[in-house]
Order: sequence, then C-alpha cells, then structure tokens
Amino acid sequence: MFQIRIHGRGGQGVVTAAELLSVAAFLEDKHAQAFPSFGSEHMGAPVVSFCRIDGKEIRLREPIIEPDALIVQDVTLFKAIDVCQGLKSTGYLLVNTNRSFADLHLEPVVAKLPAGHAVTVPATELALKHIGRPVPNAALLGAFAALTGMVRLDSVAKAIREAFPGKMGEANIAAATEAHDAAARVKTAA
Amino acid sequence: MLKQIEGSHATAEAIALCRPEVICAYPITPQTHIVEGLGEMVKTGELTNCEFINVESEFAALSVAIGASAAGARAYTATASQGLLFMAEAVYNASGLGLPIVMTLGNRAIGAPINIWNDHSDAMSMRDAGWLQLFAESNQDSIDLHIQAFRLAEELSMPVMVCVDGFILTHAVERVDIPTQADVDAFLPPYEPVQVLDPANPISIGAMVGPDAFTEVRFLQHYKQTLALRLIPEFAAEFKTRFGRDTGGLLRSYRAEDAEMLVVAMGSINGTIKDTIDEMRADGFSIGLVTIVSFRPFPTEALRRLLAGRKHVVVIEKSFAVGMGGQLANNVDLALRNTPAAPQVHSVVAGLGGRSITRASLHRVFRRAMAQPWEGAHFLDLNEEIIGKELHHVRKVRRSGPTAENLLRRLDQAANLPAAE
Amino acid sequence: MTDTTATAATQKLRFYQKGTFTVGNRLVPDTERSVQASIDRSNALTCGHRACQGCGEALGARYAMDVAMRATGGNLIAVNATGCLEVFTTPYPETSWQMPWLHSLFGNAAAVATGVAAAMRVKGRPEVRAIAQGGDGGTTDIGFGCLSGMFERNDDVLYICYDNEGYMNTGVQRSSATPPTARTATTPAMGPEPGNVFGTGKSVPKIAVAHGIPYVATATVADLHDLERKVTKAMGIHGARYIHIHVPCPLGWGSASYDTIRLARLAVECGLFPVFEAEHGAVTSSRKIRRPVPVSEYLKPQRRFAHLFKSEAGARNIAHLQAIADRNIAEYKLLEPMEEEG
Repeated sequence: MFQIRIHGRGGQGVVTAAELLSVAAFLEDKHAQAFPSFGSEHMGAPVVSFCRIDGKEIRLREPIIEPDALIVQDVTLFKAIDVCQGLKSTGYLLVNTNRSFADLHLEPVVAKLPAGHAVTVPATELALKHIGRPVPNAALLGAFAALTGMVRLDSVAKAIREAFPGKMGEANIAAATEAHDAAARVKTAA
Repeated sequence: MLKQIEGSHATAEAIALCRPEVICAYPITPQTHIVEGLGEMVKTGELTNCEFINVESEFAALSVAIGASAAGARAYTATASQGLLFMAEAVYNASGLGLPIVMTLGNRAIGAPINIWNDHSDAMSMRDAGWLQLFAESNQDSIDLHIQAFRLAEELSMPVMVCVDGFILTHAVERVDIPTQADVDAFLPPYEPVQVLDPANPISIGAMVGPDAFTEVRFLQHYKQTLALRLIPEFAAEFKTRFGRDTGGLLRSYRAEDAEMLVVAMGSINGTIKDTIDEMRADGFSIGLVTIVSFRPFPTEALRRLLAGRKHVVVIEKSFAVGMGGQLANNVDLALRNTPAAPQVHSVVAGLGGRSITRASLHRVFRRAMAQPWEGAHFLDLNEEIIGKELHHVRKVRRSGPTAENLLRRLDQAANLPAAE
Repeated sequence: MTDTTATAATQKLRFYQKGTFTVGNRLVPDTERSVQASIDRSNALTCGHRACQGCGEALGARYAMDVAMRATGGNLIAVNATGCLEVFTTPYPETSWQMPWLHSLFGNAAAVATGVAAAMRVKGRPEVRAIAQGGDGGTTDIGFGCLSGMFERNDDVLYICYDNEGYMNTGVQRSSATPPTARTATTPAMGPEPGNVFGTGKSVPKIAVAHGIPYVATATVADLHDLERKVTKAMGIHGARYIHIHVPCPLGWGSASYDTIRLARLAVECGLFPVFEAEHGAVTSSRKIRRPVPVSEYLKPQRRFAHLFKSEAGARNIAHLQAIADRNIAEYKLLEPMEEEG
C-alpha cells in the first residue's frame, strides 16, 4: 500500500487533490481511498487530506500516520504544524514553492530521504499561468506522477477531465503536464 | 459497474436503484450529500416517478415518509445525530404503525457538546424503537445493505435504518460496484403494502390501544424482529447469488476459526481491525474478529455460537451509555448469559466524537486485554492529563465554568468551528 | 336526492326527525340544501363515537368531512392529529371513520398529509386528495412548524383546525388559541389576574393569510351552509388550504351541551370570532354580523368566564375583550350596512 498525505489550507483544493489522485489510481485498475482529515474547515485553516493506493482492497481507515509521500500545497504550514511527521525514510516530499529547499530550511528533511525523492514545484505560478487562479492541486498531481510513478500523467489528466469537463479541465491538465515535465527533469538530474 | 465515488453518492445511487417514490430531505451533516445527490437525480430526470420534498425539519421529514408509506408509496429519508433525536417521536411512531420506511443514518455523535463527527451514539439512542438496525463496514456494504433494507422492510412491514459512519464512510472516495437496475429490480419487487390508505377500502390506522391489547401489539413487533433473524441471512444469501457479494447476514467473521480472542465491533472500524488482526496473527497471536451487521435484531444465538469456548472477547464500540457502559458490550454480555465457561468480556469505548482509531492503539488494547484485564469500560486513548487537571480545578472552584470549554483550553486549541457543510 | 359519486356509507342513515336544524328544511330546493340534509351523505364520521354530549368538534368534523367526501367523490384520505377527535373516534377496537384515516402524532398531521398527497401523485392517482385535521393544540402550538412548512411548500393539502380553544382531551389546559381571561386547568381563575393572560394572541388564520396560500377561511358550526360552501370551495383548489372552524366545547367551556351552536353563533355576532375568507394573501370576503351583541352575552353562558362577572377587575377585562371584538369588527368590516331590502 502507498500512502499519500496532502497538506494545505482551506480553499486550495486539498480535498479535491486527494480525490483526483484516487480516481487516477482507479483508472489504472488499482484500489484507492481518499478522505479529508475531518477537522474544522474554513478558508485559510490548515487542511489535511489522505489518499491510499493499493493493488488490493483497502480496509484501513485510520489517518495516514506514516506517509510514503507528502504533498505540501502551502509552505507557511511548515511553521504552523509538523508537516513532515511520520514521513517514511524511503518517502517522497513534494512541495509547492518557487524557492529552494535550502531557503525553506528543509535541507535536514531532504537529506534523510533517498536522492531524487524531494522535489519543489512552483505549482501556484503554474496554476496562475494556465488556469488564472492560484489553485495548485492539479499541477502538484502532475508532479507527483513524475516523482513517484504511482500513477501516470494521462490517468491524472483523465481524472481531471472527468471532474472538470471543458476549458477548466484542459487548463488544469496543462498545468499538471508542465509540472510533471519539470519534476521529471529534476528527478533525472538528481 | 465499478466507480470511484464519494460514499454518499454511492449510497444515493443505491437508493435510486431501489425505485423510491417519495424522498423527503432535511439537511444535516454528514448525510446531506446523500439527499442532495438524490435531489439532483430527480431534477435531471435520472430518477423518475419520485417525489422529492424539501421539508422544514427532521420531524417533518419522517412524518412525510410516514404519510407516504401509509398511502402505499416506497418512502426514504436520511438523518443523523441531532436530527434523529428531533424526529424521535416519529421514529417510534413509524415502527409502532409497522411502516416499511428505509432511512440512512449517517452516524454522528450527539451533543452537547455539539460535535459533527462520527460515533454511534445516534444509532444507540433509537435501538429500542423497533427499527431494524444494520451497520455498514464500507461504502460497498452501504450500497448492498440499503438494497436489502427495502426488501426486509417491506417483507416485515417494519422500518429499517442503515447506519453508515459519518465522514469516515460518507465522505470517503473509494471504489464501489454499482449494481444494474435489472438486478435490483429482480431482487426488489414493487412495494405491496400490508396495510394501505385506500378510498376503495377505507381503514383506520393509528387507533389508541389500551392496557388490554398494548402488550400484544408490542410482542408482535418483537416477534417480527425474531422473524428478521431468519430473513436477514436468507436475503443476504439471495443477494450473494444475484450480486456476487456476501454481506454476511446477521454477522460476519474474520480469521475467527481457532481464535482464542475474538474482537466484536460494528461499522467501518472493522476494516482497521482486520489489518490489526493480520499483523497480530503474524506475531503469533490467536485473534479473530466478529463483525455485527444486524444490531437490531441482536443476533444473540449466532453470536453465542461464535463466542462460546473462546478465552477472550473484546467488544470495541463507538458509543457508551453514561452511567452504565458500552451498549454493545452490554448486549454481548446478554448473548453470553447462562453460557457455561463463557469467555472473559472486555469492553472498550473508542472513537467518540470522531476520534481516530489507529492500529497502534488497537494493538495495545488487544494485548492488554489478554495480559491486564480491566473492569468496566476502557476508554481508548483517553487524555488522562487534561481529565486530571479538570477534576482538580472543579474541586477547587465552585464556578468552574463549562467543562467542554475548559478541556479545549487545556488542549491549547482555539475553539473549532463546525465544518461549513 | 341521491349523490351518485359519494361512497356508499357502510351504515345506512335514518332520519328520525324531520325539519330539524340538522336535517334541513324540506321545502328548500335540492341544490340549496346542505350536504348534511341528504340521506346519501357519506356519513364519514358515523355514530357510536365517544364524544361528549354537545361536542362542537364532532359536529364540525362531520360537517366538513361529509362535504369534502361529496366534493371529491369519496376520493379522500384523512390524516388526524392526536386530540379529542382522534381519541373519541377510535376507541380501540372500534372506529367511527368510514373513510381512509391515519393518526400519526400530535404535531405532524400537516407533514403526514403532505406525504399522503405525494404518494397519491406518484402512484398516478392525483384525484385522491388529502385532508389534515387537528385541534387548536395540534395546530397552533405543537403542529405549527409542520403547518408552516406545508404552507410554504404549497403542498396539496387542506388543513382543517377545529378550534375549541384549549387542550381539552388532556383535561382543559391552555393553548395559544385560548382567549384571554379564560379559565383552564393551567390558567386557573385565581389571584390578581385570574384566567388566561392577555398576550399578543395568535391568529393562525391570519398567519395562513400571510403565507399567501391559495385559500384560507374561518368557519363556525353555527353556520352550516357557509362551512359547507367553504369546504367545497377549498376542495376545488389545488395547493395549500386552511380552514379554521370554531367549535365550542361544553366540558372545557363550562357551557350547557345544548348551547353549542348558540354559543358558536354568539361568538360570531359579538365579533370575537370573525368569519372571513382570503386568497393568496388578501381577504376576499367576510360574513357580516346580522344581529350584533355585546361580548358579555357570549361570555355569560360559559363558566370559564364566570369570574369576570364577579369583580371590578373582571368588568375591566370584559371591556378589554370588547375592545378586541371591536377591533375585529373594524378590521374585517363585519358590520357593513346591509343593502336596503327593496
């Protein structure tokens, strides 16, 4: 089983990200489970969502305590909560930022992970560029696909298209594709 | 057809397949998405021959269902927690009148303090009301049990509530297999009422019954639930033949065959328990699980047969009766009454108000039951520190303030607002 | 005169007296006779029920249901709130209803009737209509939420309230329909302010009018033809409708059982019970008072007001009640000058 934990703030599409990811996995004939953290939700508050992917039925319902991958949609959360808590030593870290891990003081975390497992992506900027709104979740999913290989980009695209038909969907897919390619380049470079 | 959708939508699709004729809806977290989904289907015409009525309270919701059902229509509604209590009078009325209404309960804690998250206190509050109560372990279970619920209700002339854990199931997106309309139609024929309001054959329904016959009316309700003990497994077997999935009838077991310790639980927690059991089995523990599907009628005999001869039974439930203890544990004790060499029963209360239940905590408590049994209910993951501080505070100061607020302050949290749903 | 569309009563009616108020004037042409005067009326509420002698509610319900059955050709289902009517018509194991009848709870008659109406539509039988009925307790108090919900949705339900101004079945307790100064078990005639308080009142007919529903009317057992006309009219309309019928209760009011209809008439003639109709939020007609009387003439035969006649304060309260009556008369124009007879 592969467990992904997504951190962000209310209004950034954190819950949708987990759902889209689960649909992408489903489209590849995998079992997937997505659910939000059920904390209080209002715009701007820290939000956590979870996604599990497995080749067989998923029975576990607890929150994801030891994620295989962390997607962080909002870097201000690093100061607010222990975002990286429980991240496996073989895990992946994907952070939405146009700064470096060094600038974010995250190098100690990155150092503990295998090479090429930690990637930053300017997902908000990509979202503004393609969609016109600062919702980074689609871009991050594209980058996640490249980073972990748990789902393919075309599955992510299909999931987005199903949820957001028309121009909105295509714009999100464009953002996801560009982020995917950027992450793939960083990964090969590592 | 396989789909990856939110649990509430999966439930809505199952209800729609059952050809409901009158749906009445009043919003309450966490079931709202179910009735919204159904409302949409009626509006778009996907669900035909169905009246969708937005009512002004839960009391009205079940009352509309009562009128519709008595007039011969297949009626459905959904609620949770506070809403169930607000319609409590109607809950007893529906079962007392013998109306085959199906209702989804999106299990949610009952306040005060107000809490929108999952536990089973709402289901427990109506366990004596004469409704059948079925508990779903997954969203697939929710689909399958709702379809069986309509058949059961109409066969017995008795209302059925299907309990689906709020948020944990209702708001989880997971893979489900939605049956075909043809298969559901073959399993669930049109509603043939036992009693119906019809100008061609006028009858009076709802007369007052005095001491001379009330006991007999109640006895017959109880008798019908004993019939359900036979019907539920029968319909589950028929369901398995047609749809290929076994909901288990009254209860299901997992790795129970030779187990020295059996865990007993209801609802979504069973999934996490199964993973825990696999891990403990790998560590050499002799442990298995009994999942109660039908809480009412309570499967006394079936449970007794499974539990007899074991060393330990751990009942883990998301509810408890203040001043008494766990209701499920209490009912399990009933199943073991007068059983020679009965197992030791350990009562665990967990997950109240939506607190997560983790494998780690389950591991600890299952092992502890074997090594250090306790008396009464054990509250899983109880924060004894803030309890101790509050008790100390209360002893010192008369005007100690509202308990809930004091505890929250001690947790160093800002007061949380309920989710905007 | 036979009504071919009425459901045949399971008990044949026999009139033992001719020319009574109930049976009607045989010299009046058929078309102008009341439904009650017809031997073929459905008798939906048949004899054998356990109502008190002189019960106004039994009268009102029989009047209303028979005419509603005639108007719908017998295609009618009644939903009854808990209360006197429900209790005295269904003493286990008997029922005096000769129509499909459902009693659910005290406060939900309006919602249950909504469900019945929806079921009939969905079953493809829209000609079968739903009537909800309840006393003032089940309507103005505990049933108010469901009633308002039904109005707001404009559900196809006629709700009939039989207002005897108190929770009579449980021993005469005060409801929001109890008039000021009236003695009840929970507003005893004791102390400096005996009887029910002078609150702000609660006119459910007015609230129904404010809801803008297709038809609202008040009626009284003292005016059979008017009541029948209103129920007939209501059944010819689809959507939410409300009829509020004033029904004296000899037990609760402390009046003689033979005074029921007379008291109902006095209530109208003194102005305390205005009789009017409204459609879609506007009053469309009011029944003029033929022989105006002071409120004291209405209050005197009722022991629940006896304390008003024993003191200065009582006299002041009677004046206060008179003021209320005068306001009604002004508001509903109950004393418009009559047309000069030519």
